[in-house]
Amino acid sequence: MLLELLAVNTFYGNIQVLYDLNLTVKRGEIITLIGSNGAGKSTSLMSISGIVPARSGKILFDGKEIQNMAPEKIVSLGISQVPEGRHIFPDLTIQENLNMGAFLRKDKQAIQKDMEYMYSLFPILKERADLPGGNLSGGEQQMLAICRALMARPKLLLLDEPSMGLAPIIVKKIFEIVKKINKDHNTTIFLVEQNANLALKIAHRGYVLENGRIALQGSAKNLLVDENVRKAYMGV
Amino acid sequence: MDYFIELFLSGLTRSSIYALIALGYTMVYGIIGLINFAHGEIYMIGAFTALIVSTVLAIYGFPFFAIVALTVLAAIIWSSAYGYTVEKIAYKPLRNAPRLSPLISAIGMSIFLQNYVLLAQTSDFLPFPALIPEFQFMEPYAHIIGSSDLVILLTTITVMVLLTLLIKYTKTGQAMRATSQDKKMAMLVGINVDKIIGITFIIGSALAAIGGVLIASHIGQINFYIGFIAGIKAFTAAVLGGIGSIPGAFLGSLILGLTESFATGYVSSDYEDVFAFSLLVLILIFRPAGLLGKSSIEKV
Repeated sequence: MLLELLAVNTFYGNIQVLYDLNLTVKRGEIITLIGSNGAGKSTSLMSISGIVPARSGKILFDGKEIQNMAPEKIVSLGISQVPEGRHIFPDLTIQENLNMGAFLRKDKQAIQKDMEYMYSLFPILKERADLPGGNLSGGEQQMLAICRALMARPKLLLLDEPSMGLAPIIVKKIFEIVKKINKDHNTTIFLVEQNANLALKIAHRGYVLENGRIALQGSAKNLLVDENVRKAYMGV
Repeated sequence: MDYFIELFLSGLTRSSIYALIALGYTMVYGIIGLINFAHGEIYMIGAFTALIVSTVLAIYGFPFFAIVALTVLAAIIWSSAYGYTVEKIAYKPLRNAPRLSPLISAIGMSIFLQNYVLLAQTSDFLPFPALIPEFQFMEPYAHIIGSSDLVILLTTITVMVLLTLLIKYTKTGQAMRATSQDKKMAMLVGINVDKIIGITFIIGSALAAIGGVLIASHIGQINFYIGFIAGIKAFTAAVLGGIGSIPGAFLGSLILGLTESFATGYVSSDYEDVFAFSLLVLILIFRPAGLLGKSSIEKV
């Protein structure tokens, strides 16, 4: 088991967002967390990354308790996040953005090599390496955000709504890359999506979050044909 | 023409000092969005540290250059320690409070540090030793530029170049920029944001200390109140150039210093501040974000 959430409760001030969340991620799999707006999907990721720490419960990564660790410590253990809305550093160049992804790494040569790899995944980034990140289009920013997270060589990649606001053709490309990363590098992927149909098609397993509670879980295949899931999240 | 050049050079000297202080305001604002009103006091503390250290070293009969080097070093370390501590005590606990709270805290720190120095030292002006070596230029330059003007100018230029290189090319510099642009994302890539904020305060304070030693040595006397006045002027320069922007702090200081110098020389020294602040008002009317400041546009 790579990641385990055990009875996690998270609050924003006095407002409880996550209720006794239990969730497991196995090494090498793509898992997806689907749910509607405000269900607590992003908060789950923020709790894992230590930005909005869980008030109670345990989060185990590689068997280690991480729920009380500082965000930078969690990154150093191998968890990288691509947050919702991409959050590119707008005035840093694309190259500098990628460099920041590797902030905690010291192996300069390997960083350089990884950067070349990212450029081979998305050649457009290489063409614009010296331009500010803020100049990129939404789709390019999403590619850059994923590459930046990968620069840390994470064991677990947290992806928050990578399809948001993007044209279908770009979304398709990004999901292909996500699959490729999972296959080629055995990077475990935790995908949060509103687009349930798309997410369940590439994931191995899925969880459905409703009002901060896990309402349903199972293999992606079963969820994809589940009557309730189809009605609630696919508009069928 | 000589008079013009003389005014121009003395304007540059002023600008240099303003720039050294303004950088601290602008860097701190850029990274945590706070006007650090206690920054002028850090500059004053740098000057006082220099006075004490240089006096003690002189008593023990150290050679002149050793005194200068050790004094500057001590002022930098001491001011940085103050700047760092002020941040930890007065601003860090208020990181998530409403914006007004840390501002009030900063004003409180400023008043506290002024009074602390007033009580620990004295309210009188104290003579400050000439730490910048005196040497005579040959005519026709001797009557338009003095050795301290030249030293101040060269020091400031060197410091600016080093700072620009640091921010542009080092990993810490990149992390500082990343933190100022998006704090949450900075945490998500593994940057220790509190550490970066601490480093920013240390750098700003060190620059202010250098400015404090230079100007004290140039003018020859200090008291507990010098930080307040210099602080307000440097703050004005930072706003003029666009607060949060480092090139803006350079430019704002340059404009402010030259304006004051020419106003003093061609009109009257009584009107020095009138011209400086009228300029500020004018620029803010036409460019509210300052000359190089960015009016923030959010891209969705």
